[in-house]
Amino acid sequence: MAESTLTKKGARWRVRLEPRLDEPSARQSLAISLGAVAVALILGGIVIAAVGGNPFITYLYIARASFGNLGVLSDTIVKATPILLTALACSIAFRMKLWNIGAEGQFIMGAWGASAVVLAPIVPAESSRWLFIPVMTVAGLAMGAAWGFIPGYLKAKFNVNEIISSLMLNYIAISWVNFWIFGVWSEGGFQMSPKFPEGASLPRLSEYASQIPILRGLTTHAGLLFGIAAAVILWFIVYRSRWGYEIRLIGDNPQAAKYAGLNIARNTILVMALSGALAGLGGMSEVAGVVRRLQTAPLATGYGFTGIIVAWLAKLNPLLIILVSILFGALILAGREIQPSGIPKMIQGIILVCLIASDFLSRYRVRWTRGEAE
Amino acid sequence: MDPIVILQAGVASGTVLLFAALGEVFAERSGVLNLGVEGMMLIGAMTAFSTTIATGNPWIGVLAAMIAAGLLSQIHAFIAVTLQADQVVSGLALTMVGAGISLVLGEGLSKAGTVSLLPNFSIPWLSALPVLGPIFFTKQSILVYLGYLMTPLAWYYINHTRPGLHLRAVGEYPAAADALGINVFRLRYAYIFVGGALAGLAGATISLAVAPGWFSELTTGGQGWIAVGLVIFAQWDPIRAAIGSYAFGALRRLILDIQAPLLLFGVDNPFYYNPYFSFFLQMLPYAFTVIVLVIGSREAVRKRLGAPAALGEPYIRGERGK
Repeated sequence: MAESTLTKKGARWRVRLEPRLDEPSARQSLAISLGAVAVALILGGIVIAAVGGNPFITYLYIARASFGNLGVLSDTIVKATPILLTALACSIAFRMKLWNIGAEGQFIMGAWGASAVVLAPIVPAESSRWLFIPVMTVAGLAMGAAWGFIPGYLKAKFNVNEIISSLMLNYIAISWVNFWIFGVWSEGGFQMSPKFPEGASLPRLSEYASQIPILRGLTTHAGLLFGIAAAVILWFIVYRSRWGYEIRLIGDNPQAAKYAGLNIARNTILVMALSGALAGLGGMSEVAGVVRRLQTAPLATGYGFTGIIVAWLAKLNPLLIILVSILFGALILAGREIQPSGIPKMIQGIILVCLIASDFLSRYRVRWTRGEAE
Repeated sequence: MDPIVILQAGVASGTVLLFAALGEVFAERSGVLNLGVEGMMLIGAMTAFSTTIATGNPWIGVLAAMIAAGLLSQIHAFIAVTLQADQVVSGLALTMVGAGISLVLGEGLSKAGTVSLLPNFSIPWLSALPVLGPIFFTKQSILVYLGYLMTPLAWYYINHTRPGLHLRAVGEYPAAADALGINVFRLRYAYIFVGGALAGLAGATISLAVAPGWFSELTTGGQGWIAVGLVIFAQWDPIRAAIGSYAFGALRRLILDIQAPLLLFGVDNPFYYNPYFSFFLQMLPYAFTVIVLVIGSREAVRKRLGAPAALGEPYIRGERGK
């Protein structure tokens, strides 16, 4: 792979590609990722300009509408919370090269599970938070895990492609929730459940404004703590535990893992269930912290898919995912008011394209040499 | 609930899946997994609809859709073939880009009104056949007939022609194909383009024939992913892909029709009296895709069939051939 196809015959400047012998340093890979995002923003800007918008005003608007003051920063963090959890869900599955792209469905099923605790009702409506929140958390984790278990089991038992099966389960989850909010828990025929009682909601910062006035109007809720705790625990699992080592080994070299006697089928099921549980926790946090009722539209907005990009951009590192999900929370928050409405989605897609393309630079060293053609 | 009508409409809506699945068969037979089908279909549907509005000629719309989706697929080709990156993530990215761009460019298109559609017609003689005539050859879109022609041609091309042999060689054993002087990279680019163009045609089939209009992401509603699943079920064989596509098309139609009658098998139709039960019907195509994958995967294990050996593997010249 000495001479690249990029070389034009007879050109004075030549591009030489050399395979890197070792992993690029942390600083290099950060530079590559940031470069990829920059290229993505330029490409996105070109499309925005092509449809008659002003990319500079659009980007400036995104920055101001998401980090401009404490209030919008708090809203950005609210948007980042579900992304953080779905990205953690994707990261652990991707670590084992399990392509769980069903975080969206697992997220929705987690929200459904948490809502069922309130709406069935499993816990009486006048209960306190101390009863509601733990039960809803367990229900969200369990439903998400169940929804992740299905593609994991099918993969382990029948070698069913988990990409397709987990994606199909997204659509099934949406129909499932729709059935409940239209048919069973509908509030006066509307496509939503009744509002949850106070005890079934995660506390928001604004609730403490009477003691600390600066918190007035801030919507950041306790789901963020779930997300950060999950990220820290996941970091220890992946980098400091025996199980995490097994997961990384299976992901990097399944043959070696098999010869080492690791049970790949069992780990496939476990990791998919864990991945689903994390996404389900995200759904619980969103429904109890933001929506506070079961409703499809604000839940099924693509957090599961954004999680894929965030996980990839953060190189599957749980702690980096916290930072990256805040950036994407900003993009989604500001994107709600940008026209045409598809722009945030398009920018996300272009970022992922540029990221995956930039992986090339972490495997090859590009050298510009000045010399004669051979 | 006339079974003939359901099957007739099923063949039409199955044609969408057929084009997308045939395209994916070509790409995967060349060794490249392209998960961007959904995104390419959205680009195709949007381009076909908007071009037809602008020009008034649906044929230009179809052509533009195929070119646009084919060009989009070349992003995946560049990343997967030239940059040798992970094909799964690249395909996912392609779906997101395709969906995003089609949403941006298709803004406001849903209110653009109606367009002149592709012609529907019956085939003389064949339409007079009992049962088969009304299902396959009566008042179908010209694209449906195109699907009938394309399926056996694709099968013949892949299995019985020299270029088809090259295609299979590139997907099974690229190092050997390269040694024989076949340009692995160029062929993979070409068949990814074919896959993209056919996905674009599938999108155009939706927006200009089966369910005319532009309904943002709901235009395709996951049919691109179902097509990717069908290819696995079809064991990368065009004929099986066609059978699967038409069966899924009929299922989609059955779901719509089963909600209409007051009585179902002599009892009150639950889907009519409690419309929210229809959400379970809406799950069926997706649930069936999973079931079909289980069946296909078990069969593959039993018959020792498999995916093209190099599927998903970038070809790197000079590395030890696999």
